[in-house]
Order: sequence, then structure tokens, then C-alpha cells
Amino acid sequence: MSSSLASSSNLDGSDDTSPQQKQSKKPKYSRFTQQELPACKPLLTPGIVIGIFALVAVLFIPIGLASLSASEAVVEVIDRYDADCVPNDMHGKELDFIQNSSTNKTCTRRLTIPKTMKSPVHIYYELDNFYQNHRRYVKSRSDKQLLQPSKEAETKVCAPEGNTPDGKPIVPCGLIAWSLFNDTYQFSINSDSIQVNKKNIAWASDRSHKFSKDVYPKNFQKGALIGGGKLNESIPLSEQEDLIVWMRTAALPTFRKLYGRIEKDLNANEEITVVIENNYNTYSFGGQKKLVLSTATWIGGKNNFLGVAYLTVGGLCLSLVLAFIVLYLFKPRTLGDPSYLSWNRNPSASMD
Amino acid sequence: MARTGRRKRDRLRWSKLYTFSCLRPSVQLETSDTGTASLGGPGFSRVVHCNQPRLHYKKPLKYPTNYISTTKYNIITFLPKAIFEQFRRVANLYFLMAAILSLTPVAPFSAVSMIAPLAFVVGLSMAKEALEDWRRFMQDMKVNSRKVSVHRSDGLFGYKHWEKLRVGDVVKVEKDQFFPADLLLLSSSYEDGICYVETMNLDGETNLKVKRSLEVTLPLDEDEVFKEFKGVIRCEDPNPSLYTFVGNLEYERQVYAIDPTQILLRDSKLRNTQYIYGVVIFTGHDTKVMQNSTDSPSKRSRIERQMDKIIYILFSVLVLISLISSIGFAVNIKYYMHNWWFLQPDDKDNKLYNPKTPAISGLIHLITALILYGYLIPISLYVSIEVVKVVQAMFINQDLQMYDEEAGIPAQARTSNLNEELGQVHTILSDKTGTLTCNQMDFLKCSIAGISYGVGSSEVEMAAAKHMASHSDFGTSEIEIEPSTPITPVFERVRKSTIKGFSFEDDRLMNGNWTQEQNSGTILMFFRILALCHTAIPELNEETGGFNYEAESPDEGAFLVAAREFGFEFCKRTQSSVFIRERYSPSEGPIEREFKVLNLLEFNSKRKRMSVIVRDESGQTLLLCKGADSIIFERLSKNGRTYEVDTTRHLSEYGEAGLRTLALSYRVLEESEYLAWNAEFVKAKTSIGADREAQLERVAELMEKDLILVGATAVEDKLQRGVPQCIDRLAQAGLKIWVLTGDKMETAINIGYACSLLRQGMKQICLSTAPSDPTQQDAKKIFLLSEQAAKENLSLQMSNALQMVKLERDPHAAFALIIDGKGLTHALQDDLKDRFLELAIECASVICCRVSPKQKALVTRLVKEGVGKTTLAIGDGANDVGMIQEADIGVGISGVEGMQAVMASDFSISQFRFLERLLVVHGHWCYKRIAQMICYFFYKNIAFGLTIFYFEAYAAFSGQSVYDDWYMLLFNVVLTSLPVISLGAFEQDVSSEVCLQFPALYQQGPKNLFFDWSRILGWMGNGLYSSLVLYFLSISIFSSESAFRSDGQTADMAAVGTAMFTCIIWAVNIQIALTMSHFTWIQHLCVWGSIASWYLFLVAYGTASPLISGNAFQILVEALGPASIYWISTLLIAVVCNLPYLVHISYQRACNPLDHHVIQEIKYYKKDLEDHDMWKRERSKARQKTKIGFTARVEAKIRHLKGRLHKKLPSITIQTVS
Repeated sequence: MSSSLASSSNLDGSDDTSPQQKQSKKPKYSRFTQQELPACKPLLTPGIVIGIFALVAVLFIPIGLASLSASEAVVEVIDRYDADCVPNDMHGKELDFIQNSSTNKTCTRRLTIPKTMKSPVHIYYELDNFYQNHRRYVKSRSDKQLLQPSKEAETKVCAPEGNTPDGKPIVPCGLIAWSLFNDTYQFSINSDSIQVNKKNIAWASDRSHKFSKDVYPKNFQKGALIGGGKLNESIPLSEQEDLIVWMRTAALPTFRKLYGRIEKDLNANEEITVVIENNYNTYSFGGQKKLVLSTATWIGGKNNFLGVAYLTVGGLCLSLVLAFIVLYLFKPRTLGDPSYLSWNRNPSASMD
Repeated sequence: MARTGRRKRDRLRWSKLYTFSCLRPSVQLETSDTGTASLGGPGFSRVVHCNQPRLHYKKPLKYPTNYISTTKYNIITFLPKAIFEQFRRVANLYFLMAAILSLTPVAPFSAVSMIAPLAFVVGLSMAKEALEDWRRFMQDMKVNSRKVSVHRSDGLFGYKHWEKLRVGDVVKVEKDQFFPADLLLLSSSYEDGICYVETMNLDGETNLKVKRSLEVTLPLDEDEVFKEFKGVIRCEDPNPSLYTFVGNLEYERQVYAIDPTQILLRDSKLRNTQYIYGVVIFTGHDTKVMQNSTDSPSKRSRIERQMDKIIYILFSVLVLISLISSIGFAVNIKYYMHNWWFLQPDDKDNKLYNPKTPAISGLIHLITALILYGYLIPISLYVSIEVVKVVQAMFINQDLQMYDEEAGIPAQARTSNLNEELGQVHTILSDKTGTLTCNQMDFLKCSIAGISYGVGSSEVEMAAAKHMASHSDFGTSEIEIEPSTPITPVFERVRKSTIKGFSFEDDRLMNGNWTQEQNSGTILMFFRILALCHTAIPELNEETGGFNYEAESPDEGAFLVAAREFGFEFCKRTQSSVFIRERYSPSEGPIEREFKVLNLLEFNSKRKRMSVIVRDESGQTLLLCKGADSIIFERLSKNGRTYEVDTTRHLSEYGEAGLRTLALSYRVLEESEYLAWNAEFVKAKTSIGADREAQLERVAELMEKDLILVGATAVEDKLQRGVPQCIDRLAQAGLKIWVLTGDKMETAINIGYACSLLRQGMKQICLSTAPSDPTQQDAKKIFLLSEQAAKENLSLQMSNALQMVKLERDPHAAFALIIDGKGLTHALQDDLKDRFLELAIECASVICCRVSPKQKALVTRLVKEGVGKTTLAIGDGANDVGMIQEADIGVGISGVEGMQAVMASDFSISQFRFLERLLVVHGHWCYKRIAQMICYFFYKNIAFGLTIFYFEAYAAFSGQSVYDDWYMLLFNVVLTSLPVISLGAFEQDVSSEVCLQFPALYQQGPKNLFFDWSRILGWMGNGLYSSLVLYFLSISIFSSESAFRSDGQTADMAAVGTAMFTCIIWAVNIQIALTMSHFTWIQHLCVWGSIASWYLFLVAYGTASPLISGNAFQILVEALGPASIYWISTLLIAVVCNLPYLVHISYQRACNPLDHHVIQEIKYYKKDLEDHDMWKRERSKARQKTKIGFTARVEAKIRHLKGRLHKKLPSITIQTVS
């Protein structure tokens, strides 16, 4: 039931208003309420259309060329070693090999530098098929615990790697830390070992604000299951840069992480010997492991895609400029030509 | 004593004068009526003990109290009921489920981010409901607490609230009060127990109706006599039929039949009568008027309903991708999970990811996915739409050009749900009285003795003349268009008339100058007829000393005012005489003359005339007769036809000018002739039986013959200001207009002419079950046979008419359909209504007269459902409530009458003419704004939501999102909401002036150009494209495989997510900037401010403690900001996302511009100022083909004249037309 015929009849009488009150009902004039605010009304005239596309083309093609050349300047050496670092007799039994703590996991690789690599040369490890972005994995960390020594028991979110079987909190807790990558690389040229700088591989803010100086690893990798690397319990978390890098979970299942830097130019055709401790288990899920040496330019590492995309779009816009010029030349329409109004185009809809 | 003396003066024995309605047959002893025979049976079980309300306190005679409630809820039921209402919406239910599930661990987001927006939306809607219901409650309270004088005991009366009234109470209602319930009239201040009732609120009719009590209750006219009064009424049960009543009264051991003339209905008003006594029969919701009320439906706009369909599509997409995700998840769990040692799949507490039960995991994940992809169905859309609509409603309320200076009432959007619906109206159903007309009659012209007097022109003439002048380029200037109608040279001339009801201007008749005219004798007779031939009562106005007239109809009032102005002031009526002060020149004093009224042959719609027989002071007996011209002309004597030719010509001119005409005539009676006739008349009067009325009519017929024609009057039923122009423009905007009125057919047709809904040369199809007016063209004579025969006849009629319409070859031929209430009852039945509708659609104008409120609603429903397009009903009175509620949009006129129509309406305006601006400007804007806004919203959320899905494919469908929770939360709330709200609130494709100048632009709404499926799918496609670009370009550029910075770091999930999100923000905001065509500083601020706010947020969020920001800590300042790749990828992706749209709109504008594009360009280059003729020409062309409105009327006339000229002078025609 709602308003009805009968509801009332002479409300106007009771609502009777004096002239002053009537006046107050009058809406106040303002350009806003009358929807008369000054406005710019841009219009897609042929000039502007061609101008926009030309501008995009002019802007994009140089950017494309510059990024492509920057990408080309990057020297990258990639070495996949997961298969080759398994002894011949263990082929087909990679899991046994990697999970057996007593086997010798040392492996030596030789890399040839194709072009001179200017210092610093970044060393990455690359994993594949590793779902660091899995929800179960991503959530399994406790930022509180990493930052505040008093909150070391805040391990609820870290399940199933929160506490040791006897109930002590693990620091750092969670699956991410637990599965820390633990292959190590040692580089040498002609048996001269090359110093690898492992400082400053993590974000400075991570070191200073996310991983505390006062929190030390505790009960780490002491459980029934051993995941990945172990941590030196005498070093505070803020200095465990490998861990900090690892804890920045990658977005895609194939990812590289910074391992360290060689602060020395590597010359073309030099042969580098890498001694790898092949500890990390990627065999169970069939993931590849690669060692990557790469220089970086202003666009970062090797990234041809960006340059190509820019050039493509720039080229496309150039052709759009031409297309629209052709269109405007062959099908010209005077802007504001009333003959294009619907009633002129379709005479039956208008009056005689 | 003085009081009673005064009362006696008021008491006129009307029965002496009234012939037909007031004369009662003697006491009925038997219940001869078939209806009363069944009293006591089912449907007729009500028993009322008069003056013994206490008997009705207990069962079985307990009836409802007079308390009425029209609210939807009460305090207890509000919460459950309102919540139930809210969650009947599918979308809300979905959000509710999501919110509940967000409390469980399966949810990918925090619970607050799900519950808060839902609570906001639901809360806002419920608050609106509550406010509306509160208003209704206050309204009810006002009505319930009105006071009425009730008999308490021992003949004492006291005031009581209406709500306290009981069945059986005796009430005394005074002049100008409303009846509190349905009453049986016992007696009135008039000795013969009649009273006048205004039923405006019931049927919209403004003329007064006469009710009369039973003879036997006449003595019950003093407070004291009710001490002893007792009686029992047995009658029908409550029902909604306003015009029937079956029952009888047992009083003093006799049984008397009661018929509708003794029943006073609630919400009608006592007029011209000091007081009445009555017994309450029906109270509260049992009253007929309440029985007539319908539940107000909650209305939703067409766009919103279409939006529901889109929601269903998106919901299907959502379910589909959720299924894909959960299947993918289950497959991953089953086949790969056990390999992923880093997830510890064998953990015993691990239920969700247990590789042994992939099916269960999949099912649980389905829920997670449904919530995760919830961005496809944006709850923020509802929030934004609500906000936008409130702003739009504010603009409507604040529009100064819809503010009525005189009444001081601004337009009001009473609900904001239907703003955009205003832009899609197809048919307007309009009430007449109070909506199109002011219900004020102005005496404008007259024709006396074959000479037309009155130089003023009617509004229709003025409008037509103005239009004609602007049409000089048609080459018609050489043709004399209206040779006989003098058109006042200044069209915009303001009428100087200050006298209500009198706009006559002609010095030949005013100030006594008529005595110098050639036919002054005839003129004198004319004035006397005006002053004598009526049933009004004069009332001395204390302030001015002049007289006001209480007339049955406003026409009569106008005649009396006119007579007074001409110097024939009707000043007094006694039982047998009428006194007139005659003043022949301003210098002379008035002479009071007495005319004895011998008989009164009153008006009814069948007779279409009324006469009085008077004897003047010289003893001469005259019959004065006024009536419809056709009726009078039939009855003229041979020597009475002197002026017939001229008068006929004038009448047709007046008719064409939209005036109501009546012919006046008289006849001198020989004393012997009169006496002989009177004897017969008295015999007929006192006869008993069913044929009494027929006899009376026959006798009256004998006297009303051999008349002498004096002249004719032309009264303007004053239209509200700007109504013809408004109708003209609305018709040009392509709207169809139907008029539904409770008035008589003749009145309705007259108004049809006045509004140019009808014109000469239009073929009128009159569907009526009553004998129709023989003068109407193409009129069909259908006589009332039996109901069934009438229906068959009507059906045949419609078929014939339909065939005629179909066979019409002339493209200019226009048809008008006129149907009365009786015909409508048949036409609205299931088997006929389709044919009726088909016929009505073929006709240019449709006028329904004598329709009841229920029928108005039924017609509205028929149009709404039959045509399937948006209907708008506009009305001002309580009788329009049904149709206002039934139509897609109800508009109430907040004028002088009650508030019911306004209370039931969705929009209220104070003048009909504001409808044009409401529809053509606000409707057009709101429609486009909402349509564009919704399209954009879906685009935006598809573009965003699908990227989440793509990422899933790369994250083993685990339900992890690449974006930070906060980004997702803010996306719809802050980062993209303001631009879309500014689009919805402020976008203007063209300015308001242009909207009004080019009514054709309105057609974009009814044709639904901006919210059709191709457009919606186009936007969705655009969203899909953008999502693909956004995701895959970002991922390719920010692949985690290579460093993104010069110092070698690779991008982690936070960096990738943030970069991708930046691209989304840019892309969707550039998109909306391309969509907008109107940038005020607000839009600029919203669009560019949104982008800026994203960066500000990033900085602020990055500065917050890492415990809050997590991996987003310092993300912009440290990680992304210094990386050039971040900035150039944003540029690339934002451009690529918008490139196809830009190409599309550039191409469209170049090759297929829409009307508003071209007009924008004309305005942009100021061509309208340079090329004035072009602008004017296009404006006149931008009208929809229409056959109604005065433009069409003028053009028809021009065509007609051209055609005539063509026959006569072919050579000249060619010249003029060129």
C-alpha cells in the first residue's frame, strides 16, 4: 500500500507559504547549478586527428629506436646447468641425487664471454616452473616477525612453516624463507678467482626497514623437512641479502634473481670457470636452473620487446596519419556541414 | 435566532426549478431494484446502525476505523521488509554472498573491503525508502487528524479526529470541507435536502454535482433531532465502483431504497451548501476512494533493466572464468601439486591444497574465484549511479528555468531513479483539467446579430499567427491565410484583462456603447440571456462590494461575469425570481429588474441545452435558451434564422480558434400557450414511473422550438501558459500525446482544438456507445442497446475505422481518435484491447473522455505494455494518481490543487510547459550521461577484472592477485570513480539551448542510440582488448626475466603489479577523457586529479610502515620511479589501449557523424552566428514528422490553401511556391 487517492486533499492549504518563504524556495542562481560552467569542448577536427597520430608517431619511433639500441648494447651470458650438473650415473634419479645430503653436488662450468662486459656485471640465477606467485606461498610470511624482535612469535600466517614441531617459533618463518635458494657460484678466470660482491643486491629500503638489524634467524631449517638454504644465526636478517632478495616473490613462474655483481670488466672471448654447488631441488617439478651474467643499461637488462613495440605502434600511427589524410582528401566533409544531419540525409524522416 | 433566520434565507426550494434531477418520485415502498433484492446475500452483507456506532464496536458488525495508512512499512516491519526488498535485487544478493564468504578463509580479500561498499549501497537505498515512507506517514497523519463535527449524544455535536470516526456515526460537514468517509446524505441546509459536491479528487471533474437526500430524512436538519434518530442501512460491501451504490434504509419501520445520489464519497468536497448531515457507511480503507487506490509500484528505468541483462551476461562470464580457474586449480592440485615441494603439499593441516582431494579444493576455489573476479560486476557502479542520480536530481530541482515565479514552486525530482528515463519517453498521457488548462473560462468573443465582437485573440490564434509570420519564407505571404480572423498586430501583447473570467475587448459593446449599435435590441436580449439563463447563485464579496458567482460550471461563471461587465449584473436569486441590475451607460445608475423564473429546463449532456422561462416586469413571458449550436439551429423558427449564416461562420471561426461556443436564442411565449404547456409539464413532473424523465424531455422539447437566434458566445478554456507551444515542441520531438480526461466529450474536443491536438480537416473517429454528436465528421452513430450489443458494435466500429485508416493514401491525412469512458470499458477488455491499441497508434491524436481514475491507469497500462515503449503520465489531481503510478514516469503538477498527484509522482513541475525542458533538456542529458557512464563502467571493470584472470593462468590458478589489496580496493573507490561520476553528472553533448532548438536530438533517447546492444558490446569489446593489451604488454615488458633497472634488480610481484596498475589508471582515465565532450574545471580536476592521486597514493602508501604496505614499501620512490622503463611502458600501454577507440571516433566523425556531432561543429566554428539562415533552416527541419501541434496545423492550412490556389491559379502557385 502506498500513496492513494485518499491520502490527502488540501495539503496546499497547510503548506501555505508567505511571500518571503516562497522566495526562499527559489533556487539560487549559480553557474554550477544551472549547468552553465564555462567549458572547453574539444573537437576531433581532421587537423587534430592527424596531429595526434603524427605526434604519437614522432614520439614513439625515436623512443623505440633508443630502447632497441640500449637493449642491443646489453651483453648476456646464459648457462643452463640443472641437467648437466647431475652426475651421469644419477640420470633418471635426479631426485635421489638432490635429496641425498651425502652426494657431492659440486659442478664446474665454463662460460665464454661473447663481447666485452663492462663492470658491473650482474649475476643472476634463473628458475623456471617455480610458482613463487602461488597464493599459498605468497601468504606464507610474517612481516611483523621480520621487523620486530618482540613479534617473533607472530607466526600464524606462516603455516605450515610457523613453528618447529615442538612449538618454537621459526625465524624467519614461512614457506618463502624455508625454500630459500641455496646454489652457490664461484667464478674464476684462468684460476684467478673473481670477487663476487653480494652487497647491495637487495633494495636498500628492504634492508633498512623491512628486515631488522636486531632479528636473528632462529630454529630455521630445524624441522622434519628441510627446504632450501640455511642461514647463519649470528648474522641479523638485515644483512642476509640473499634471503631478502628471495623474499621478494616473483610475479611469474619463470624468474631471475640477483645473486651478486662482478665489479670488473670481462673481456670478449675470456673463458670463465664457474664452480656451482648444485643444492637446490628443481628436479621434482622439472624446473630449469640457469646462471646468467648480464650487463645493464638505462632500460635495464636485455629487453627487445619494448623497442619493437614502440616502433610498431609508431609505424602504425604513421600509417594512420596517411590513412586519415587519404580519407579526408577523398571523402572530405566540411565540419558543421548541415547536410550530414540525419534529417537531411534521410529526407523521409523530416517534414516536407 | 439570527442564525436560523439566515439559514432560512439560504434555503431555496430548488425542486421548484429543477425539473429532472431534483424532483423525487414519491416514497418507494417496494424494493423494485434488482440490486436491492439481493441485499443480505453475498457481497451485500453490510449492516449499518445509524447513530448507534457503539453497535459496531464488536463483531460481527465491527468494521475498520476511519484510520488510513498508506505506508509500506511500520517501525517493526521496516527493517526486515526493507532488507528483503533490497536483497531481491540479484546484484545485491551476489554482493551479500560475497561479503558473507569474505569472512571465511577462502576469500582472497579482506572482509571490510567487501562489506563496507555493500553496507553503503544498501544503507543509502534503505534510507531513501525510509524517508519516502516517513513522508507518506506524515501525510496520513495529517489526514487522520483532520477534524469533523460528530454527533456525540443527546443532540450534541463535537469535533473528533477523522481517524476516530466509526461506521454509524452521524456527522455534520460544513461548507468547503471534505467528507471524512462515505456518507449517506440525510439532510442539508437547503430545505429540500440537496447539496453540491465537488468531485475533483475522484474524477477530476470540476463542475459541481448535485446530491439529494431521501424525502423521509429531510426533517433531520437540526442538531437536536439526532437525539432520537435511529435507522438501519443494509447495503453492498466495500467496492471500488464510484458511480454505483446498492442499499436501503430502514427508517421508521419503512424501507427506502438508496441510490448513488444519496451517497457522499470521501475526499469530495461540499460546495455551495452551508452544511449537511450524514451517516457514515464506509470508513477508512473501505471507502470507495481508498478501494480505488492502487499500490505504488517501485519503478525502475529502462536503462537499469537493460543493465540487469548486462549484469547477467557479466555474471555468466564471471562464472565461466571462475569455473575455468577452479578447474585449472584442481588440475594443478591433482597433477602438479605433489611436485611442488616448496608448498609443502603433504602438510597434514593443508585442506585447501590437498592433492588427494582435488575436487573439493576445486569447489572451494570456485568461491574464491567468484569473489576474486568480482570486479567484473562492480558494486561501485551502483554507488556511482546513486551519486550521479542525486546530482542530476539536484540539477533538476535547481533549474531556474523550471521555477514558477508566480507560484514560487521549483521543479522537483521526487525520485532520482528515473532521470534517464526522461530521455526515452515515447508517449505522454496527459490529464486535461489543471494540467493543460487552468480550469478558468474567459469570455473572449461573441457574435450578436450576425456581427462578431471581440478583438482579442485566443492563445491558439496568437501562437498560430506568430508561427505564420516566421514562416514567410514558405512563399505563403501572398496568400491571405485567415481572411476572416482579425489578428492583433502585436502577437506578444499582454492581455490587460484583470477580471477573472473576462478577456473580452471591444469598444463597440463596452461601457454602454452597445446602445449605439444598429441591433441594440438584439444585443440587449443577448445580454439578458447571459444574465438569466443559468443556475448560479450570487455571493456578495464583502471586500469589493461586487458579486462572485457560485456556478455549476466555469462557463456559466464566465457568462455571468461577462454580463456583469456589460452592465447586466445578476445580484440576487430568490425562490421564484432573479434580480438583475441593468446599467445602460456608465453615467446612469443601475436599475434593478426582477424576472420571475417560471420554469427551468436544465442542462444535461443528452439535451445539450438549457432553458429558462421567465416573465419580465412588463408581464411578457420569454423562453431563453442556450445550447450547442447544432441543437439550437435545429429548433429555429423561420423568422429566427436571420443571422444563421453569419453566426455559423463565426462559430466555425471560434471553433478553429480553440474556443468553446454556445448559441443563444429566445422565444416570446403567448400566455395561453404557456399555460397549456405548463399544465402538461406539471403533469409530467408529477408522474410516477420509469418514463418520467422521457416524458419531461418530451414536454420540454415541445416548448424549445421556433426559437429566434440571437448570437453565439465564445469562451476560452484558458490553457495554462505555454501549453500549445509546449505540445507543439513535444510533438516535434517525436512524442505522442494522449489526453485522458474525466470531462465531457465536447469539452475535451474543444481543448483538443485549443491545444492543436485536433484541427479542421482531421478525420475524427468517435467511438462511443452513447448516441454521438451528429455534427462531428465521420461520426459513427452507435446507440446504447444492451452491453453485449454495444460491445459488438464498438468492435465493428473499430474494425471499420482501422480499415479506413489503413486504406488512407494521403500522407498528410491525420486521424484523431476520441473515445468515451463507456466505450473504453469495452475497448479495454482483453479481446478488444489489441485492436483498440492498434487503432490508437495509427491516429495522430487520442482523446479519451469521461474516464474514471481506474480507466486512466488501465489505458496507461495498455499503452505501456502494448507499445513497449516508455510512457509518461502527467496530471494534477487525485484522479490522476492511478495513471501516474502506472506509467513508467509519473509527473505531477504541483499547482493549486491537492497534493496527491504530486505525492504519487516521480517528478513534479508546477506548469505543464516545464515538461518540455524536463524531457528535452534534462531527459536528454541524463539519458546520455547514464548510458555513457554505464558503458564506460563496464569497460573499465572488464579491462581491470580480466587482467586478474590472466594473471591466474600464470599463478597456477591459485587465487593470488598480482595487485596489492589496497590498489584493488581503491580502484573503484577513489582512483576511477570521480571521473565517471563527473561524466555522469556534468557531461553535455550540446548546450540546453541547442537541445531545445533541435527537438530531433531527443529522438536519440527513444531510439536508444546510446545504450543499444551494439554499443554495449562495443564497449565490452574495448574492455576486453584493453585488458589484453594491459596484461600482456606489461608482462612482456616487466617479465621477471630481465632487470628493469640500470642497477640490475629484477621486478618482483609488487613492482609488476604496480606498473601494470599504473598503466590501467592511465588507460581508463584517458579513455574517459576521450569519451567526454564537455570539460569544465570539474572534469579536468576529476580526470587528471585521479591520475595524480594514484601517484600521490603510491608515495603515501610507500612511506607508510612496511607492516601496512608490505612489498609496496617505497615502491615508487625507490624501485619504480628511477626506472625509465616504468615511465615509457606506461606511455606505450596507455596509448595502445586507446588507439582503436580514437581511430573509431575519428572515423565515425569523419564519415558518419551523428546529429550532435554536426551541431557541435557548427557551434565550434560559430557557423550559427555567421550563417543565420542555415541555422534557422536546420532548426525548422529538425522536427519530427508530426500531425499535431499548431505547426502542423498551420502547415495543413497552408497545404489546403495551396491546394485551393492550385486549382484556381496554377501559374501563380508555381511562382509562390518557388
